Amino acid sequence: MSGGTYLGMPAFPKAAHEAVRDETLRGNLRHATHTIRAKRATAVAEVSDWAELREAGKQIKDHTLRHLDRYLVQLEESVTAAGGTVHWAADADEANRIVTGLVKATGESEVVKVKSMATQEIGLNEALEAEGIRAYETDLAELIVQLGEDRPSHILVPAIHRNRGEIRDIFAREMGAWGRPAPEGLTDTPAELADAARLHLREKFLRAKVGISGANFMVAETGTMVVVESEGNGRMCLTLPETLISVVGIEKTVPTWRDLEVFLQTLPRSSTAERMNPYTSTWTGTTDSGTADGPRDFHLVLIDNGRTDTLADEVGRQALRCIRCSACLNVCPVYERAGGHAYGSVYPGPIGAILSPQLRGTGSEIDASLPYASSLCGACYDVCPVAIDIPEVLVHLRERVVQGGPVTREGVRVLVKPAKGHAAERAAMRAARWAFGRPGVLRAGQRLASRTRRFHPRTLPGPGRAWSDTRSVPEVPAEPFRDWWQRTHGGKDTSK
Amino acid sequence: MSSRDLILARVRRALADVPRDDTPYDRAVRRDYLREHGNRSAGRTVDLLAENLADYRALVHRCTAGELPATIARLLAGRGAASVAVPAGLDPAWLAAADVTRMPDSAADTPAALDRVDSVVTACAVAIAETGTIVLDGGPDQGRRRITLVPDHHICVVRVPGQVVSSVPQGLERLDPARPLTWISGPSATSDIELDRVEGVHGPRTLEVVLVSAR
Amino acid sequence: MRVALFLTCVNDTLYPDTGRAVVKLLTRLGVDVDFPMAQTCCGQAHYNTGYRHEAEPLARHFSEVFGGYEAIVTPSGSCGAMVRELYPRMGARARAEGRGDGLATALAPVVPRTYELTEFLVDVLGVTDVGAYYPHTVTYHPTCHGLRGLGLGDRPRRLLESVGGLELRELPGADECCGFGGTFALKNADVSAAMGADKVRNAASTGADVLCAADNSCLMHIGGTMTRLRTGMRPVHIAEILASTQEEPV
Repeated sequence: MSGGTYLGMPAFPKAAHEAVRDETLRGNLRHATHTIRAKRATAVAEVSDWAELREAGKQIKDHTLRHLDRYLVQLEESVTAAGGTVHWAADADEANRIVTGLVKATGESEVVKVKSMATQEIGLNEALEAEGIRAYETDLAELIVQLGEDRPSHILVPAIHRNRGEIRDIFAREMGAWGRPAPEGLTDTPAELADAARLHLREKFLRAKVGISGANFMVAETGTMVVVESEGNGRMCLTLPETLISVVGIEKTVPTWRDLEVFLQTLPRSSTAERMNPYTSTWTGTTDSGTADGPRDFHLVLIDNGRTDTLADEVGRQALRCIRCSACLNVCPVYERAGGHAYGSVYPGPIGAILSPQLRGTGSEIDASLPYASSLCGACYDVCPVAIDIPEVLVHLRERVVQGGPVTREGVRVLVKPAKGHAAERAAMRAARWAFGRPGVLRAGQRLASRTRRFHPRTLPGPGRAWSDTRSVPEVPAEPFRDWWQRTHGGKDTSK
Repeated sequence: MSSRDLILARVRRALADVPRDDTPYDRAVRRDYLREHGNRSAGRTVDLLAENLADYRALVHRCTAGELPATIARLLAGRGAASVAVPAGLDPAWLAAADVTRMPDSAADTPAALDRVDSVVTACAVAIAETGTIVLDGGPDQGRRRITLVPDHHICVVRVPGQVVSSVPQGLERLDPARPLTWISGPSATSDIELDRVEGVHGPRTLEVVLVSAR
Repeated sequence: MRVALFLTCVNDTLYPDTGRAVVKLLTRLGVDVDFPMAQTCCGQAHYNTGYRHEAEPLARHFSEVFGGYEAIVTPSGSCGAMVRELYPRMGARARAEGRGDGLATALAPVVPRTYELTEFLVDVLGVTDVGAYYPHTVTYHPTCHGLRGLGLGDRPRRLLESVGGLELRELPGADECCGFGGTFALKNADVSAAMGADKVRNAASTGADVLCAADNSCLMHIGGTMTRLRTGMRPVHIAEILASTQEEPV
């Protein structure tokens, strides 16, 4: 992820510090996540075989990842046979170069885009802009983000941090500079805002010659691409332009057409909490010139950009099962309070906390802090439709941060050192382990604490202040349990 | 080394722990989920389709084959539609009673020209009851994808019970991945404002589904 | 049945009342309780903070201390989940790292024999009415590791519903994390405090006198927040409620 936008982000706790105090943001996020949480639960409860679907989704993805080389080659063959062209990009820069080159070859200076996490990840819009090509985001939330010169804060609903009033203001203020202005007297009712977006984007869709998309799934067996969406902007971008460029992470591959029967049931219910999303488009290469249904040229750009490094980690690779539904964001109590921007990545929330430090490595301040951006409450794992054990990977990545060890970066096995700033903690953990290995030492410490308890301060010094600023400090009892036990049941137990 | 070879080599190195005799695909996935949810008669399955379509704000109508031309004519007149996009292979009888200008689906049409068309009438490839979904596969009676996208009003005819299946797995079995498919569940919608669903964005804002039975 | 009380280092040091309550309760139910004095810490804080290698000797120590008992009972959902869920994972990781089966073999005996208190009462002893009396209004917070890690389900509820004099009030947003999360409470103090404050507000909205949970670590965080927000509510461990009787109220 060399998108640039997120480099030099502050560590998670620092960014969250601001967000927690932003009452509007807290209110927006609480409202949105609680709305969708309840709906998702209902949508999932409707299907009696959810557990089996979840397990099958996990197994399909795991199997594909374990044989990804084979399936990628098969996918390439199928797409090529159907008239598409496959490109391979090892990193963000290469992907951007390929896409920019393809757009330039058409002679066009603007493109319409379907919401795509992969193109956000590689910073494609900025790369296109640098070459004089304007990229129009057409998903409603992406439009809000683009017009507001903002950053996305949610996988599914990138403008979740904005409420209707803020969206109205952005539309009224900015639409004119990008094309058709917002209607006079625009109010903040969601239906009117959606209508304003329809009018604004219509002319762009109708004249577009190049469309850029991602894909939710790629079927190796048939070469079929799948885009799951709601608004119809996806259909516009996939159908009307003459050239279509799809930028997709290599982990989006599934072996067979049949495998979609699992994900087309679990994805909509997990993401928008619907039985089925309004529109799903599937296409295989290009159609013949006789029908001329859809683009004449189709390019698939397969991107690695840290995915093979993630794949090399036997515990962490499960993150690549992710189908980007965002259910984990919507149930996460930390996301709800810190907001998406604090995660310093296009992938926020619990999945972002395990994906970003794997795709980018744990070298930066933000990436080293992300594995700790969780209370390990496990709600994310519960709702994940492909059963990614996010808490397990978080703890695994914490280990990498504090202890270092072998990792793969850009395909090369390297040994990373423990991150800075954990020396005192490491010493404390070692000391605690030493003491806990010796019950006598533990007991002496407990007694000392009990005897001095009258002198314990109500607020703690140093790192302890993080506790006592908002929470009272527990009082140390007159005697630890083990002393009571020895007094009352003494001699019953022979161990020390 | 090309990036293709580089990436494939990285993948192979990353998977050094995977044994050569790893479980093959057909045994790697335990597909013990249901082929369909519940056990319904064909008639009940059609009812469920109607319920779920309506739940996502599609307008659902039912009629017999004999009544179909009149039904379509009524729906078009109700919208005040003057022009209608027509797939090349649509049964001409369906529009026989409608007083509209027929715009044949022709490859030469520009999107801007299509934008001036009021409505579109198509058949479908299959309909899925459990999810309230109709699927178009670009067949002769459905036309190119753009004709059901740009006009603001789509009338889709489903032959019941023959074209209706219960579930997503059953729907996929009937479809050919080589064809461009459009799965439609209600009119276009968005949840992008406060995660609340609003119907009607870029795709047709009005979706009318006519469930037509033989008798 | 010879049962070992695995009290946990936090309870031993800070919440001896909970330990005494467990002893009283189990003894009343006819269980022969022992407290192995060599017990210290299960290693959860180390493991969850990223110090798996520091946690390993503590897990081995745990297994040595408790290996000889038929059942090991703990009044902590998170420490119970550490032994049951994470000890097997530690063993498997050591094996994957080429360090052999030693750790897995050493930890295997204690894993299936470790029970969280309410689980032990309902599943092993088969009781939901433990003869308790506690004349207060109570709201119950299911802690994350008990709820999602161990799958305690409605066991704590069923126990509380059978307590004489107790009025149980529904806690809004009950299954949301309180924000403790071990070192999370320090490393992400702002978010942790915000979660704690929301939990306390929800608890206060029930009008109950007592917020009850089956884990004192979470109660330390919730209770500490309650004091600062001056709600007047008390945090009480479920063991202390179940130990309370008409004759000997807590």
